[in-house]
Formats: sequence, C-alpha cells, structure tokens
Amino acid sequence: MAAEATTAERAVVERAVAAGETVEVPGRVVRGGHEARSLRHLLLPALAALQSEIGWVTPGGLNEVCRRLVVPPAEAFGVASFYALISTEERPPIVVHVCDDVACRQSGGSDLLSDLWDRGDVVTTPCLGLCDRRPAAFVQRAGRPDLTIAPATVDNLISALDGAEVRDHVTFVHSMNLLARIGAIDPGSLNDYRSAGGYLALSRAFDLGAAVVVDEIKKSGLKGRGGAAFPTGIKWEAVAREPAPRIVVCNADESEPGTFKDRVVMEGDPFALVEAMTIAAFAVGASRGYLYVRGEYPGATSRMIAAVESARAAGLLGESILGSDLSFDIEIRRGQGAYICGEETALFNSIEGFRGEPRQKPPYPVQSGLFNRPTVINNVETLINVNRIVLEGGEAFAAIGTVESSGTRLFCLSGDVVRPGVYEVEFGATLGDLIDLAGGPESDLASVLLGGAAGTFVGAEHLDLPLTFEAARAAGISLGSGVVMVFNSTRDMHDVVRRVARFFRDESCGQCVPCRVGTVRVEEAVARANGGVDVALIDDLDRAMKDASICGLGHTAASVVRSAISRGLI
Amino acid sequence: MFGAGGGTSSFEEIEHANVILLWGSNARAAHPIFFHHLLKGVHNGARLYCIDPRRSESARWADVWLGIDVGSDIALANAMAKVIIERDLHNREFIDRATTGFEAYAATVNEYSLDRAAEITGIPGDVIEEMAIAYATADMAQICWTLGITEHHNATDNVLALISLALLTGHVGRYGSGLAPLRGQNNVQGGGDMGAIPNKLPGFQDVENDAIRSRIEGIWGRSIPPKRGWHLTQMFEAMEAGMLRGLYVIGENPADSEADVNHARKLLAGLDFLVVQDIFLTRTAAMADVVFSSAADWCESEGTVTNSERRVQRVRKALEPPGEARTDLSIINHLAGAFGGGWGYPSPQEAWNELRKVSPMHAGMSYPRLEAMGGIQWPCWDESHPGEKFIHHRLWEDPVVGDPAPFIPTEWVAPVDRLTHDYPYRLTTGRYLDDFNTGVQSGGFDSPTRIGGMLDLSPEDAKRLAVGNGDLLQVSSRRGSIQVPVRIDESLRGGLVFMSVHYAESADVNQLTIEAWDPKSGTAEFKATAVRLERVEPGTAAEDMIGEKVGV
Repeated sequence: MAAEATTAERAVVERAVAAGETVEVPGRVVRGGHEARSLRHLLLPALAALQSEIGWVTPGGLNEVCRRLVVPPAEAFGVASFYALISTEERPPIVVHVCDDVACRQSGGSDLLSDLWDRGDVVTTPCLGLCDRRPAAFVQRAGRPDLTIAPATVDNLISALDGAEVRDHVTFVHSMNLLARIGAIDPGSLNDYRSAGGYLALSRAFDLGAAVVVDEIKKSGLKGRGGAAFPTGIKWEAVAREPAPRIVVCNADESEPGTFKDRVVMEGDPFALVEAMTIAAFAVGASRGYLYVRGEYPGATSRMIAAVESARAAGLLGESILGSDLSFDIEIRRGQGAYICGEETALFNSIEGFRGEPRQKPPYPVQSGLFNRPTVINNVETLINVNRIVLEGGEAFAAIGTVESSGTRLFCLSGDVVRPGVYEVEFGATLGDLIDLAGGPESDLASVLLGGAAGTFVGAEHLDLPLTFEAARAAGISLGSGVVMVFNSTRDMHDVVRRVARFFRDESCGQCVPCRVGTVRVEEAVARANGGVDVALIDDLDRAMKDASICGLGHTAASVVRSAISRGLI
Repeated sequence: MFGAGGGTSSFEEIEHANVILLWGSNARAAHPIFFHHLLKGVHNGARLYCIDPRRSESARWADVWLGIDVGSDIALANAMAKVIIERDLHNREFIDRATTGFEAYAATVNEYSLDRAAEITGIPGDVIEEMAIAYATADMAQICWTLGITEHHNATDNVLALISLALLTGHVGRYGSGLAPLRGQNNVQGGGDMGAIPNKLPGFQDVENDAIRSRIEGIWGRSIPPKRGWHLTQMFEAMEAGMLRGLYVIGENPADSEADVNHARKLLAGLDFLVVQDIFLTRTAAMADVVFSSAADWCESEGTVTNSERRVQRVRKALEPPGEARTDLSIINHLAGAFGGGWGYPSPQEAWNELRKVSPMHAGMSYPRLEAMGGIQWPCWDESHPGEKFIHHRLWEDPVVGDPAPFIPTEWVAPVDRLTHDYPYRLTTGRYLDDFNTGVQSGGFDSPTRIGGMLDLSPEDAKRLAVGNGDLLQVSSRRGSIQVPVRIDESLRGGLVFMSVHYAESADVNQLTIEAWDPKSGTAEFKATAVRLERVEPGTAAEDMIGEKVGV
C-alpha cells in the first residue's frame, strides 16, 4: 500500500493546497477531475512547503500532494527531484549550502568546505548571488525560514547549524537613479516609498493611458536587462494586441553566477518592483502577475511578500487600483534551485508545476506564455526602469546613454576589486571606468569575466571598451546580466573554468541530448586540459550544442571555456 | 441496440464529447486502449462522471465519482430521467419524431424520485440531479459501459435503461453523442457479427425470420434450422437436464469462468463427449476427450477482427503455428469434411468473401479495401460505401428512415443474492490491468505490478475483522467457500469487497458467484455475490492447505 502522510505532513499540504480533490460523501462521492487538476500549479509550492516544514519531501507527503492535485506520484517525483533545494531523501533538519562557485571558491569557500566536509549537513551549491561578500552560504532549516550568511566563517556556520540566528551583511550600492532609495528608506514601509516619490509613476501612467505608456516605453529604447536585450516596448505592444486574459511575469530567478543586482533591488526597494509590474499590467491590460523569485533569496522573498501585502492593503493591488479600471494582483512564487528556470519558458513550466524544462519556441511568450496566455515577462532591472520612463518620458530616457543603449545599467562587481557591489552607470562608461569606480583591482588585473557563466573572459586590453550593447556585440562579447568579475594573476584559472564547466553539466535540464551529453564532455575535456586542451573537440561540442539545443543554456555552455582557451587561460 | 448489436459511435467521437458517463466500467484497467481515447476527451475538456461501486483507477480521472450500490443502476438511470423530464431538458422534437413509447416510459420513471433513488443507490439526490442535468444539457454526450452493467441477472434491462437516457435527450445517432458498450477483447464484436449468437445469422440477421433464412439457404445450398439455439447458460441447464450430452468448446474456458463454477465443473465432467479447441491446455481442455490445438489468431493466422467501434480490420500471419497446431478455420473445415460436409478448404479471404454475400452490412468490405482504408466500420453496403463513423443517424433524418426507436421502460430489481445477517458483504468482481479473464493468456507472463489473487477489503472492514495485508480470510457464499489473502484497498467502502477473475488456481472466485442469469442475454450475475468473511487464525490446518494451493 502507498505511503501515508503523517498528521503533520497532511497539515502542511492542506495549507499549501486548500482545495483539490475532495471527498464529498465518504465512500460515495469524490470530486476531482478538471477542477483538481487545474491546481497543478500548486505542486511546486506544496512540495516546497513540505521541504521547508518537514525538512524533506517524504513519500507520504508526496502521495498526499498527488492525491489532492490528482498528479501521478511518478510525475510529481520527477518535479521534486528536478530542484536542488528539494530533497526526496531524508536529511538532517538543518542543511548548510556553501557556495563553491567561481567568486566564492577563490576566497575561503573551498576552505570552509574542507573544514566542514565530514559533516552530513553541509553541501556545496552554485552561486548564491552574494558574491560581494564572499564566501557565501545558504541555510535550509526544517520548520524555520531559510537564511543566508555572507561572509560565512566556520564559526558562524557552526552556530547556524546549532540553530542560532546569524546576521547577514548588506551589499554596497552606487546609484545614479534607479538605486536611489536603496539604503535611504525603510524597505518595509510603503509610506517611506511614497514620500520618496513612489507611486507617482503609476498615477501618471493612469493619466497617460495604456497606449501612451506603451508608446513611451518604445520611445525610451529600453532593452531587456536579463541578457537578451530585447526591446521592451515591442514586447509590451505585442502582448497588448493579443486577446485577454494576459499575464505579467517578473523574472527574479537571478541565477547567473556573479549576478546579484536584482536581489539588491528587491531587498532595498521592493515597492519599486510592485509599482513597475502594476504599470506593466496597466499598459498591456493584464489582470494577473507572477513574481518568480530565486529560492536562494529568502531575504528578497520576504521583502517582496511584505511589499505585495502592504500594497494590497493600501488598495495599490487588487480591484480598481487607485480608483481606476485596473484590477491586478501579484502572486509570488519561489524557485527551488534550478538555474534553467531563469529561461523564460522553463520559468513558466516551473510555475505551472512541471519540471523546469524550456519549451520549444515559437510560440513565443507574447502569444502563448504562462498557462498558454499572452505573457509579458521581464527581468527585475528592466521593470524598475519603467517607473522612471513613465515619470520622465521616453525621450528623456532615450537621451541618456548611447543611441542603441539608452539609460543606465546595473553592474555586479565582484572578485578581486577593492569595493565589490552593485554599480549603476550610464551606458557608455568603459570597463575601466567601472573598475575604477569600485576602487580598482585589489592587487593586479589579469582577466575579467563579463556576463557570468554564460559570458566571456576579457583582459586589460578591454579596459577602454564601452559597456554598451553595440560595443560589446562588436567585440564579440555579451554583457549578459551585468557580471564584472575581476581575477588577479594569482588565481588558478583552470580551476575557475573547470567550475564553470561543472556548473553547466549540473544545470543542464537534460531535455536536449546535445546539451545533456555535451556539457559532460566539455567538463571532461577541461578536466583533462592541464597543459593543453583539445580545442577541436571543444569547438565541435560547442557547435553541436548551439545548433541543436532549444534554449540559451546549451547555446552558451561552452562560451567561457572557449574564451578562456583563446586568451590562453587554460 | 435498435436492431444493431454494436456501439453507436467511433473512438474518435469520445475525444470530442462534452460529457462522458463511464458506467460500470473500469476501462483504465480493463479497456486501456479505449481509455486513451476517453482521456483525450477529458484533456479536451469533457466532464467525466464515473459510476462504479469502487473508486477505481478510472474513477480517479473523474470530475465526479458516484459510488453506487452494486446492482442499483436502473434506479439511478430512471431517477436521472425523471429529473430531465421534470426540468423539461428532454428533446421533445426528437422523441416525437424518432421514438415510440415515451408516455409509458415517463410514467415508469416518475416513480423514481431523487429520495427513493438515493435510498436504493446510496448516492445523494443532488449529485444524481447534477449528473442528469449535465448529461441532458451537453452538446455531445457519451455513455460507456461494460460488465458492471451487463453481468447482472437483469443485464438487458440495465442496458435498456441507459439507452432510454440517450433517446430521451437525443444523445444518439449524431456525431459525438452515443452509446458505447466496450468489448473486452479485440474481437468480441466480430464473434457476434459473424453469427456466434444462438438467435442470429451473420450480420445480426434473425435466424427465425423465414425470408432471411431462405435467402441464406440459397447461398449455402443447405437448410438452416428454423429455431434459435441455446446460449451458454441454457446449455448448462440442458446439461443438468440431461438433454445436452456432447459439447464442442472453441476458445472458451467455462471450467474457470462460469459462475458457481463447482457446479459447472460437475456438469462438464458428466458429459458423454467434450471437445475443446484452444491455444492453451486450459482447465476445460484438461477435462476434454479430444483437444484440437489451434493457432493463435492474432499472429499465426490470416483473417479479420472487429473492434468496439465496429471497425473490421485485417489480421496478418506473422508466424507458423507451433507443432501440430492449425488455424481455427482449418480445424473447422477438416471437421466438416470428416462429417461429410464437403465445404472444401477455402482460404481466409474466400471464407470472408462468402460472408460478404451472406451479411449485407459487410458486403462492401473487400480485403483490398480493408487494407487500403485501414479497416472499415460496419455497415458497409457496397464497394463504394465508406462505412459508418456512427450509426442510427437515420433517427435524425426527416422523415425518420425505418422503424422509430422504442422506449422500453424498466424497473429496478435488487440483485438475486441478497445480503443478510449471515452473508452481509457484497462481493463484486472485475479485472486488473496486468491480467486477462481466467488468466489463460496472461498468466504465463511476468508483470512487475501483478497483485495476484487477493480479496480487496476496505480499511474499515479490515479494522473490524482485525486483518492486515496478506492475512487470510475464509470467504463463503451460499454456494462455496474459499480462502484468500487480504489486500486493503481504500477505493472500497465498508461492506463492499472485490476480487479479480484472473486467478482460478489461487483465488477461485467463481466458486462463490451465483448462476442467476439474465433470461434475455444469458449473462450471469458475476457482479453481485453475498458473502461472509471470517478470519483464518494463523497456524490452522486450513491455512497450511491454502498455503500449498497458493504455492501451485
């Protein structure tokens, strides 16, 4: 007989899935079917609730979720086992995830791990988005909220494992405009936000009307900051033309190694994101919004939950916002540890309760996105620009930066620089300007990783490179998600590249064979490469993954390795 | 129904229906191919109501599961009809033009109030009402059923009650709406179509109709007995009366499959002469005086089969039969030759072409057409006819072609085997996914999910009887008593127990079942047996004995 849920597990599942299959009359009438199956999108939240409350997804708990949602247990197990933060095997109640990714492994991450290695409750994790305060750790605690620790030490990790609350530090921020409120106002106070100019943009948007807002965004030349640099106005216009109901999704699954700007925005200025999503909803005529936050960001998540609740209580979300015709609300979903879910269609599948595997495109999200509805999906940084554009006008925004790269850009400086943090600069600033702004290299500058694990290495000869979309494109590099990670000449670059290769092997969802097999082969080739890498093999694998993978993960999986080879780093 | 012995609709149509009533069928386990079509319908948005005493695997897909009491289906159907009529949801125009007998039917169903139906069926009246309204107001609706409807002493009445619902609402004879009796094997339909029914010649032509008989006698050059024969249950009665002394059994295993099987075995053993033709040495074959070992029809012979959507399909020979085995056609022809029949030895195609002359509804189905069209659905009157996706569209023509369809009122009658203080549990039977009927064809294969011969018991009864999984129970009916290990199954409610029909060796359920049978169809009431359950204490002699038996 199938494993039964305990009373505690049943209570957890009941809180996560209030409806679902119901026994109307015991032994006589059960209602389920379409109605219960339509709640499939609650699968991941329900599994996450078990993980968070019970400490792991027990067979009994899984069966209870499946019974309520009418999902075959094998399928639900496939979903549970897809995510790194969900365990389908019994684990200690407190587990520490120590980051051993490229930034953290340089400065203590690896040492921490070797000191704590024999403990069953310490595991490694890819980048936690806390690179400015390396080394970083993330703690899962059964029955209590998750937390992050940065910088982590053996002492504070052991006290966290003993159940103590450990204080986290804050990220250094350099603002020109977008980050002005961060550190200046109480991020938990809607009043503070409003007295610092918050919600003026939404009022102005209502005054302008939806079509004009879309037009202003188009005029601004705003391009997506998530990495693909797609013009935001065009996307919104396309969605507005599709039939209702339409959906707005904010992609806050910031998982590119070396990236932490979206976390800083959500932690420090959460209402700005709520306001921007509301404007997006007004502009395209959407009634539902989803904010998908990376699971390793417990601080940002609780800030956003609080902000959404305050906004709802103040009538800034819900029915007839500010007395207008707009009815819109935001649901927050937590990722559960999967880099691939930052890919927009994988993110949709994740919200819908399926494995976070990217979808074949077309159809594009603007026609058929979340729940197969026309969907605007934008990154956090992209969205907060919207508030400014609505207030100042598209033309004023377009005048900032360069013709092709308008506005300002958030860069995440980490590695061997004096003052790591998030730096907002006008498009056109050079790589050298940026590093100078961060106090210069900590010792010397041997190479810089731009764009994260999916990016490229550059060197001192690129310090004059303007960090614009067009200049980067001409130089054959990508700004990606704004990662600028500096390495000095003492760093073991072979070790760094090998970690990146392992990252892709771990994070490939496995759906496309070239990527599933290719990422393993790349890692093997890098591992063998001490003193001479098989360039032809890497090129071959890269071509196969570019040609025959359906998403960007496979397309970029060998990019760092190839640039390291061409720069002679490995 | 209405003179044609087959389902009205195509598999394709259920994929587009808006409402599906799956009634007395665990199709997910017993008809998995059909269930795929049904699921496509569900995925396309159809609301699925599943009427089954057990919350079966199929019921788990349902929007609403109605856990009906065994054998109370007519009360449910009649109460639905009363709701539909009272709410004026019946299709008056269709009823007026295409049916007869509505007034009498309406008067009968008027006696089935929701309260009364709730009392008989155990299903709350508001749920019955909801299903009735959903069915009546659907654009396209299908009723699918299997043995939960037909393995009762009043099987035909059960079917008529469902047919009447379709007539009442006009859910028959048009695309997407229909009645789908699911066939349990790939060629049950074909067997009936070919005339392997005591009162029918091939193509459902009445053997007692002189004009039909004389036409076919003309083709065959032989006279045909003018009276119908016996069906299986009547044959056993004739054996008991000493009127039937010899039996020729083809591809059937009555020594395991008959209700009250101890009695049936006695009768088979008392025959003067028993011939069995089968691909396995079944329990019945082991009793026979002569066994003809036949080829497996699906891979060792040429021919056709007909599925539940009336589609005749070609079967092709892939292997030579092993040893001395021969095809059924060859055995029968040789037998006829030995009797002096002089039929010769026609090939499967020649035999088929003869059938096309005899049965008008198969006339247009040449082998080349069957091959080119991927099978053809009867009726197919000539070689230019494409076959019929759904039948009875004549009822929608203006004026109606042929006879109108009659409403035949039916009354609910309780199962014959009454529940009493001594026999308080209702035992019903069915199939598991991994096995087929008496297990002759499936028992030789391993399956990772095979459960084996068990008595499925509700958690509450298990608690009351103080038994756990694997414990032995003595299960006794008014006819027999067997020992079976228990499997606790939460799909059952208290008072209801279930056994599969697959394991005569270890769990010989038909020692318990009742031979009460439907006079119109000859089907026995396998689905409703009254039993008593007693715990077998570990270490008793009885348990040792059953242990050996299970180990066989």
